[in-house]
Amino acid sequence: MQTSDLIRILPEIILAVAGIVVMLLGAFQKQNAGRMHPAIALLGLLGAAGAIAYQYPWRSLDPAFGGMLELDAFSAFFHILFFLVAALVVLSSSEYVAQERLASGEYHALLLFATMGMGLMASSNDLIMIFIGLEISSLASYILVGFRRGVATSSESSLKYFLLGSFATAFLLYGIALMFGATGATNLTEIHLALQAEQNTVTAMASPQLTPLVGPVPTALVGLSIALLFVGFAFKVSAVPFQIWTPDVYQGAPTPVTAFLSTGSKAAAFAVFLRVFMVALEGSAQDWVWLLWVSGLLSMVLGNLAALLQTNIKRMLAYSSIAHAGYILVAFTAHSEEGVAAVMFYLAAYALMNIGAFAVVSHFGNRGERYVEMEHYAGLGYRAPLLAASMTVFLLSLIGIPLTGGFFGKFYIFRAALHADLVWLTVLGVLNSAIAAYYYLRVIVFMYMHPAAEQIPVERVRPAMGFVLIFSMAATFLLGIFPQAVLDFASQAAALLLENLGNGVL
Amino acid sequence: MPPVTPVHYLFLSMALFTIGVIGVLTRRNVIIILISIELIFNAVNINLVAFSSQFASISGQTFAIFVIVAAAAEAAVGLGIIIALFRNKETVNADEIDLMKW
Repeated sequence: MQTSDLIRILPEIILAVAGIVVMLLGAFQKQNAGRMHPAIALLGLLGAAGAIAYQYPWRSLDPAFGGMLELDAFSAFFHILFFLVAALVVLSSSEYVAQERLASGEYHALLLFATMGMGLMASSNDLIMIFIGLEISSLASYILVGFRRGVATSSESSLKYFLLGSFATAFLLYGIALMFGATGATNLTEIHLALQAEQNTVTAMASPQLTPLVGPVPTALVGLSIALLFVGFAFKVSAVPFQIWTPDVYQGAPTPVTAFLSTGSKAAAFAVFLRVFMVALEGSAQDWVWLLWVSGLLSMVLGNLAALLQTNIKRMLAYSSIAHAGYILVAFTAHSEEGVAAVMFYLAAYALMNIGAFAVVSHFGNRGERYVEMEHYAGLGYRAPLLAASMTVFLLSLIGIPLTGGFFGKFYIFRAALHADLVWLTVLGVLNSAIAAYYYLRVIVFMYMHPAAEQIPVERVRPAMGFVLIFSMAATFLLGIFPQAVLDFASQAAALLLENLGNGVL
Repeated sequence: MPPVTPVHYLFLSMALFTIGVIGVLTRRNVIIILISIELIFNAVNINLVAFSSQFASISGQTFAIFVIVAAAAEAAVGLGIIIALFRNKETVNADEIDLMKW
């Protein structure tokens, strides 16, 4: 290990230290320390973002820790996205934490640890590192989901998330073990080379005592491994048919945590999904593209149809998040540079609008999350005009109305799919976004056109929450009017990610 | 007696994996489900160590140690979550954990 290696994981080190400090403060300080925890968490996130900026230009960095971590523009993009998401979640949960009397120190520490794990996932270029990053972020989020300890639904969704999550992780691990058995490597670039040469990396070195092993890569093992890896990642991004946990977990979790899971965790899972499949397994694309095709289509259809039937807003947004995973899989199916860039852009746009939407849901929910049903939103357009207006913006962006980030996100996705000749998938995807418009608009109709049956109390918006709403709204419009800067960054990152593969450079 | 080859280990680990999956899918006690998941993790470990010795490469064994650590952490978190649920619902039966449906 060298100093240069430590600089590569500087953002993660800063986050871990900040998390430990927050946790210790929570343990040793008595009352009124609650206000310091978000401040320290935000400072940690800011420091980590500064470390990412310090690492610039990312391209010139060699892989760290013997090729385990790869600091490229791809990982920098996702790091910045995670830090932004985590910061917005910290700001938007200050109300919630105080209201529900949650243990503030542990809450913020776990958020930081989860963010750190996600950062590791985005930069890891080795299956071992991917597994460790995944575990760090998952373990923290299992606990965060069950953070309202006295509430049965919260514990229940935590247990469901934990059992199904570790079941899926076990599948993923088995896939990793088989991939190691087939290629003799855990490094993604080495796996790519081994599959390309159809020769074990170990036997390629032709050491004398291993000569009996010289032979082609066993294709059956590789196929089984790809299937198991797909199961693991599809679970993490909540794609059909591994989406069963999503609605229950999103409904039972504290609302800010739901926002975190549906944006940060999903983006992290897509980051590793992209890196593993586009870097290591790109050569056997014909084996897995149809898996993505089917899963993407089913996610869109099932997510949208089930969302039509929901009355609980959190549950509706959960099904909508399944549908959005489907849209992203459409771009992924294109498995081109453009497709990767479209996925990255969409994840950024989706993160900003969804955090905004969940922030509004969290604020309206009030103590104990009592008001999260659709009918509670009746008449809010007149009683809380600003909140309702921002909710409308976020919902319109989720539909994909022009001038919002969601529009360009969908536009780039379907353009990438069309360029890859996925005409049917594109047509079905566009039809699906039309179905989706129905249930998003229904919330808007409830807010503006239904008389209120019950006057639900609306608290005053605190500055932190106000900042989150204004920021996500501004960012949603910015991505919808000037998408070019973010898209350029994403395209560059995608190009860099894929460029090494053509010439087989390690 | 024929020598033990990597294929034997592969079959042993597949058997463990299958037992684990069947356990998760059919058992109703949450603790048993947790144990079944641990069984799958150990199937993975057998695979990793067997392949590691086949390739004479250390990285598989290193990975196995990481898996053991992660599995221990998961068991700790999982038992904590089960206790939290038990305090609220007084049950560890998966069929009775049904506050949220569709």
